[in-house]
Amino acid sequence: MRPVQFPREDYSRIPFWLHHDEELYGQEMERIFRGPTWSYLCLEAEMPNPGDFRTTWLGDTPVIVSRDKDGAVHAFVNRCSHRGAMIERRVRGNADRHVCLYHRWCYSHQGELTGLPFRKGLKGQGGMPDDFDMKAVSPMKISVQSLNGVLFGTFQPEKAEPLEHYLGEFGTGMVKRFFAKPVKILGYSRQKIHGNWKLYAENLRDTYHASLLHEFFVTYGVDRATQKGGVKMDARHRHNMNHAYTASDSQEEAKKAYADTAAHLDRMQLRDKKLLQFKNEYPDGMNLAAPTFFPNALLIQINNTIGTRQIRPKGVDAHEVFQTLFCYADDDEAMVRHRLVSANLVGPAGLVSMEDGEAIEVIQTSTRSAPDAHAVIEMGGRGAIKDLTHRVTETPIRGFWSYWAELMGVEAPGGVR
Amino acid sequence: MRDVLTALMAEYALLIDEDRLEEWVELFDEGCDYRVVTRENVEQGLPNVLIWCDNKNMLRDRVESYRNVNLYNLHYDRHVLGPLRILGHDGPLWRFDVSYSLFQTTLEGESRLFSVGRYSVEARIAGETAWLEKVTVIADTGLIPSLLATPI
Repeated sequence: MRPVQFPREDYSRIPFWLHHDEELYGQEMERIFRGPTWSYLCLEAEMPNPGDFRTTWLGDTPVIVSRDKDGAVHAFVNRCSHRGAMIERRVRGNADRHVCLYHRWCYSHQGELTGLPFRKGLKGQGGMPDDFDMKAVSPMKISVQSLNGVLFGTFQPEKAEPLEHYLGEFGTGMVKRFFAKPVKILGYSRQKIHGNWKLYAENLRDTYHASLLHEFFVTYGVDRATQKGGVKMDARHRHNMNHAYTASDSQEEAKKAYADTAAHLDRMQLRDKKLLQFKNEYPDGMNLAAPTFFPNALLIQINNTIGTRQIRPKGVDAHEVFQTLFCYADDDEAMVRHRLVSANLVGPAGLVSMEDGEAIEVIQTSTRSAPDAHAVIEMGGRGAIKDLTHRVTETPIRGFWSYWAELMGVEAPGGVR
Repeated sequence: MRDVLTALMAEYALLIDEDRLEEWVELFDEGCDYRVVTRENVEQGLPNVLIWCDNKNMLRDRVESYRNVNLYNLHYDRHVLGPLRILGHDGPLWRFDVSYSLFQTTLEGESRLFSVGRYSVEARIAGETAWLEKVTVIADTGLIPSLLATPI
């Protein structure tokens, strides 16, 4: 593989080949997803009872998250120790134990190999050697930690920072904000985007595009760059949050700002305005918040639709975006209905999100033939990476690459952090 | 009745395939309900929706947004519908299921299977004509390829 070299130490130039190289993709799975990072796995609310499990992905590794009979949550690689078959093929369920279909090897809720057929042979013949150690071959464990019911996992608990330190002050605070009270799952959506997973990670750190690509935001006044809002990052600039406050700008101000863009304000009015109704339910008053966590997740609030999104890399040129929407356990029927109506805005068919899939796919398609060319990331400034009280920026993309480069061992000489 | 309802669904599919979405909306009654859900959610008893318009104005809004605001993959649609499975009726209100396949073709002519699933429909019949009261698209294809814009 060619060496990774960033042309500029502030990561304002990103070579296109980094989205197209199979070998590099393999290294990312190893050094980032199976490295000293915390990845989002799922929510405790998806597995409330003893024996409940759900399968998920940590990078490209299949994972079982399971609750034991004492209520503790465990995670382990969903791969049989014997011949490597996927142990649990269901998406979710309740099980006393997990049994591999191939030779019926059995695993506990904790991920320990607890038994295998014909271990002592039949009628004195066959069987495993007497000294076969089931414990020694049990599947690889993933350290799992819950923050207000949000489950994060790491393969390297000894090297990773403590979870709350890793997420940083704002990240931890935002998890606690979204999950201040018990939640109930409303359901899932899945989308397969034919582009490298890092293009989605970049997209989440690019607030510049939000009101331009997603014109619905501006046309119907859901979100405009002129509203009060900004970009927050953790100290290492690997996580970020785009956020905004509703009705914090004036119509005149917004009209002037968008006058020279292709996006038009006020051309149209919705016939049914309930789609954009916002009932403030947080002390901070934000109507839009998207705290994003390196490497694979974000929490999303658009008006009263709230959820989590997980990036599941599917090879060098594809990824799945897995979204879980939830409500609060004490919501009444009308509020649940309101959240579901707002769900029209997000997800694969979302009126303010559908464009992301298309933007990423056209980058993947057109950069394939330009490995040596690079993206230009200067909106919001060059040099040091800093928080901003506006959103005309893509600086958090540089933060992402800076941390990516550190984990991959390819930091630019004198690279900013 | 089968002929009237079959003709209604043939019209439904062709109006989408010919990108006549404004006319497609006109097949619905004012108090209609159109939603796209996935089989994964339905089987778990989860109410999540990918698209939900609980009246005709919301459908009009969505189509207007597609025409003027949203940017999505440029493509042709082609629906292939199975026979109707009529479930029963309550006076003029008929309930039936129809299986569908929906293929998408790029402007350069490359086709792919985009979605497969079932419509669960309630339609009101008056003489030779029929209106859609409720269409629930239950997509087996829960993993949406690229994105979902034009209706199923």
